[in-house]
Amino acid sequence: MVIAEPVAPVAIVRQLSQRYGDCLALDALDLLIPAGQMVGLLGPDGVGKSSLLAILAGARVIQQAADGTTAVTVLGANLANTAERNRVCPQIAYMPQGLGKNLYLSLSVEENLQFFARLFGHDAAERRRRIDELTAATGLLPFLQRPAGKLSGGMKQKLGLCCALIHDPQLLILDEPTTGVDPLARSQFWQLIQRIRSQRPGLSVIVATAYMDEAERFDHLLIMHAGRVLASGSPAQLHQQTGTANLEAAFIALLPPEARQQHQQVQVPPLQTDANTPVAIAAEQLTMQFGDFTAVDNVSFQIRQGEIFGFLGSNGCGKSTTMKMLTGLLPASRGQAWLFGQPLRPDDLSTRTRVGYMSQAFSLYSELTVQQNLQLHARLFHVPAAGIDARVALMLQRFGLTSQADALPEQLPLGMRQRLSLAVAMVHQPELLILDEPTSGVDPIARDQFWQLLIDLARQDKVTIFISTHFMNEALRCDRISLMHAGKVLVSDTPAAIIASQQASDLEQAFIRYLQQAGAGEHSQSTLVSAAAPPAAAAASGRFSWRRLWSYASRESLELRRDPIRGALALLGSLVLMLFIGYGITMDVANLTFAVLDRDQSVLSRDYVQNLAGSEYFIEKPALASNADIDQRMRSGELALALEIPPNFGRDISRGDPVQIGAWIDGAMPNRAETIKGYVQGMHLHWLTLQAREALGTNVSFSAGVETRFRYNPDVKSLVAMVPAMIPLLLLMIPALLTALSVVREKELGSIINLYVTPVTKLEFLLGKQLPYILLAMLNYLLMLLAAVTLFAVPLTGSFVALTLSALVYVIFATGFGLLASTFTKSQIAAILVSVLGTIIPAVQFAGMITPVSALEGSGRLIGELHPASYFLTISRGLFNKALNLQDIYPAMLAMSLAVPVILLLALWLLPKQERG
Amino acid sequence: MKRQYSNIWRLGQKELWSLWRDPVMLLLILYAFSLNIYVAATSMPETLHKAPIAIVDEDQSPLSGRIRSAFYLPYFLPPVQISLNDVDPALDAGTYSFVLNIPPDYQRDVLAGRTPQIQLSVDATRISQAFSGAGYISQIVASELNEFKQHHRVNTVLPVDLVLRARFNPNLTSSWFGSVMEVINSVTMISIVLTGAALIREREHGTIEHLLVMPVTPGEIMLSKVLAMGLVVLLATGLSLTLVIQGALRIPVEGSLLLFLTGAALQLFATTSMGIFMATVARSMPQFGLMLILVLLPLQLLSGGITPRESMPELVQQLMLLAPNTHFVMASQAILYRGAGLDVVWPQLLALAVIGTVLFRLSLRRFRATLSQMA
Repeated sequence: MVIAEPVAPVAIVRQLSQRYGDCLALDALDLLIPAGQMVGLLGPDGVGKSSLLAILAGARVIQQAADGTTAVTVLGANLANTAERNRVCPQIAYMPQGLGKNLYLSLSVEENLQFFARLFGHDAAERRRRIDELTAATGLLPFLQRPAGKLSGGMKQKLGLCCALIHDPQLLILDEPTTGVDPLARSQFWQLIQRIRSQRPGLSVIVATAYMDEAERFDHLLIMHAGRVLASGSPAQLHQQTGTANLEAAFIALLPPEARQQHQQVQVPPLQTDANTPVAIAAEQLTMQFGDFTAVDNVSFQIRQGEIFGFLGSNGCGKSTTMKMLTGLLPASRGQAWLFGQPLRPDDLSTRTRVGYMSQAFSLYSELTVQQNLQLHARLFHVPAAGIDARVALMLQRFGLTSQADALPEQLPLGMRQRLSLAVAMVHQPELLILDEPTSGVDPIARDQFWQLLIDLARQDKVTIFISTHFMNEALRCDRISLMHAGKVLVSDTPAAIIASQQASDLEQAFIRYLQQAGAGEHSQSTLVSAAAPPAAAAASGRFSWRRLWSYASRESLELRRDPIRGALALLGSLVLMLFIGYGITMDVANLTFAVLDRDQSVLSRDYVQNLAGSEYFIEKPALASNADIDQRMRSGELALALEIPPNFGRDISRGDPVQIGAWIDGAMPNRAETIKGYVQGMHLHWLTLQAREALGTNVSFSAGVETRFRYNPDVKSLVAMVPAMIPLLLLMIPALLTALSVVREKELGSIINLYVTPVTKLEFLLGKQLPYILLAMLNYLLMLLAAVTLFAVPLTGSFVALTLSALVYVIFATGFGLLASTFTKSQIAAILVSVLGTIIPAVQFAGMITPVSALEGSGRLIGELHPASYFLTISRGLFNKALNLQDIYPAMLAMSLAVPVILLLALWLLPKQERG
Repeated sequence: MKRQYSNIWRLGQKELWSLWRDPVMLLLILYAFSLNIYVAATSMPETLHKAPIAIVDEDQSPLSGRIRSAFYLPYFLPPVQISLNDVDPALDAGTYSFVLNIPPDYQRDVLAGRTPQIQLSVDATRISQAFSGAGYISQIVASELNEFKQHHRVNTVLPVDLVLRARFNPNLTSSWFGSVMEVINSVTMISIVLTGAALIREREHGTIEHLLVMPVTPGEIMLSKVLAMGLVVLLATGLSLTLVIQGALRIPVEGSLLLFLTGAALQLFATTSMGIFMATVARSMPQFGLMLILVLLPLQLLSGGITPRESMPELVQQLMLLAPNTHFVMASQAILYRGAGLDVVWPQLLALAVIGTVLFRLSLRRFRATLSQMA
């Protein structure tokens, strides 16, 4: 289609297709976005709005068409070109979808803003000025110290906007900024955008939204459906083109005929009630308190049978909590509720069968098919067994799911999944339905179909419906509505009465007035003071910046300090594991139990037993009586060793006749058995030598003529050998694990987007993430060293400086490995798995912990020769046990250092600076 | 009552369906009970395996040559001849675990009836090889020496012979031990992961909220998970013992498989409850993963399944009596290696039952208490 706008476009897109697996998100899209305007991207979830915005922001890799005609130009720069993208990137600000998606929720408002301001290269004074100015304009100034996670939805979006505006962008890209925000906060948000636009006339804004009503005020609209633009133009042009009065109708009119056919205008027959209609649900002064936070404050209402009762309010205002109290999920702190005239008790299972509940997010078993889900719920609700199949079939038919009966829920489109949820909630024929935002993210047609089902249930089956929603047109269909704000019900009446009471033109306006009267949003009255902000200094520079590196490093440390489980693991994990392994893996064998079957009972035989019993390794148990006794007591594990001394042992020895002593060792633990074997043999020889010396008076040596010197560890103590070997293992595993998690967490939570759209370079990002973990690992190293020397009493015989220096090089490698692991893992669980296996296997198997590297073969040998763990193990053993100093370990340290740049470059190379489709 | 059973039965079925459609978990179970056992059995190092040894031969006589050639694979790598000056640097660098020093005129002194000493330097930081390796080397040298002496009619007779026999594992094959202990490790790990992950997944998907508005009690929800996951692991354990250990690895199992599985069932009762407990503490899958590392390692390392309990400090031994693994390892070793019967292992089974009951109660209480926060 031809777009005839007089203004030079801010973005030009040609032949853009974006495919994720089988799903085509964008389909050969061509469009021009005019500059200096407020451009709206309209359409329900899943039509490709977010994909398009992420590409325009430079956050996502552009998939080039096969014929090479794809081109995306934003602010005159070709986004497929890395250098050009880096140049324009600081002029684009991007707020991704989801409340506070690119924010750090454990950080305060101030800390979040400082982080972003540093990334754009502002100095301390400039940062202060901008933060104060922006927060004053948005009303966030009083909340600078509040953690972002504790802000309301509207405030989170304002903070997101402040973070986006901190560097004076020319293009502002907002992806559904007002989803889940109450009407007042929404209108304030748009006023704020208007003020900013009036002060920065050059600013172009691109907004995606699912709310058709707010789009009426935009300059230019693009209506999207199934990866294509259906129509574009100003709201007035669109109304004219379709001959409709509002955008919702215009949208439906613009849809392709096959999609439009499913649509029917929703008609609400009037509610027929009289004084005799029983009350289905009643609440009186219901209150819910979490700690000192009152989520629901003295809420009272009554809903009559067959009524559709709507609940409106922003995210976090207490709607869901109230609903959960009514379903019995949450016990109320104070107040009382009645279901069907009975007081509600959480442990009352029988009223539950009369209620159907549909929670906010889709929450059915994705591993069960549509039919299985319905069957399971029917059975758990104890629908009589004979009627289950018929009931399930009826539900499938009534909710239009028959052809999908054997599909898994994930294969269904969102609208159909919502119908399945409703079918499941209805399967046991409840008299009351509690629906928590059932239509969020569903397109207008599917939403209307859903509402038709609801109205039929209420009017035909007399089911009482208690529903919460964000959409005003849905609220208008309710018999009565309540508006909630900050835990309180502000008003409760029919929609018409509410509009009339405020003399408002529509419901939204009426609500805004109620909210204002309740004192909401009083902080946002000031305006941006100085429009002429100095340009962001050095912001655009692609060169290495210590400030940006430091920005990431200090933010990472702050976040780590506020996450108790990760923090505990970081600080104490290695120490705790060292204790476990130190005490757990010991090759020392002591306190071995043995017993003797002495068939001789002579002086000599008792002397032989005494020889064994007197040693520190063996503990003698009561004597054995018979061979059966040997069998029984060894089977139970009581004895590790049983000796049998034959009859006439003493006599035969003095005669010089050959004698045989039988010894049975418990072979269940082969390692222990080997050691016992060695001990017994040694003591046997020792006894013989003593006897020979006594009897023959000569110094006969029965020893094999081998004089053994156990070097470095004369007592052959396990701990002395194990502790220096454990430090390399733990100093590899824990730091790698934590570093990998720190990056992958950002991927999972969505804040990785800041790497894609801010001027931070990959190197700054990686080193900034790595730095805190290097420090932590060094702290861990010192703790482990302290534990080794004090708790385990393993002396450090060599140079402390040499060990510390080597440890530093080693942990740089270890954290580098974590970074590498994070580049190709997507979930935190995968990162844990990869970093644990990827460090334990080489460290234990190939680095010479058990088998020396020189004894390995093939690829194991190669890994052993290359892996720094081998070298650090040699260094650690050398410095702990062998009294070496810096010169002795210098070659090993050098070899180890070589791996550091290799691993960092590899991580740098593999880390994408854009999201891959 | 009947209603309770039917609820547990339905919910248990649902757990099994969910597991069946989760390829990652299935793969993990399959790996843990087959390949993992096989690898643990076959790669468990024998006490002395390819030990690197060097010899400083200052004698260069037929006898010293005989001794040099007495070291061979798989116990020792072919000995390397080095000079006296190289000994210390080589040991410092950890290149060899053993260095044998045969002094000058060794053969002449032996023939003359003197007792010259060969010096053996052992790198005692290689704790797994040091002690038994030194014993082996002494024996090898002694037998070479004896043969040489007999050949040259220098008589030595040992009047008393010590006949050593290992019971239950005559050749002291490490794989017998490693494989069965790995089964126990897998039982613990998989049961905790399965139940914990199942609960966290329900929580992340919001389905737990759904269950709670239904006429089912928390006890039924928890019991269905414990039973379903316990059953899966029990089945895998039985198959692993018969197909992998007795079948593929041809390791003889002494005692009653049924008795062992009874012990395993009790162990599973305890560990699945533990899985639920951990899932109520962890707020997300990653936190669960980190907790798993800190819980599994001590359970596995200190329960006596790797090294003997009696060499651990008294305090550790006592504390570990609270862990189900310790009793399960004791019972399994008695049943599977030594062929012990119920008359021998009943105290361990009783202990497992008691620990299991306590853990189940604790978890149920915590599960009930935290449910409202989960929804």
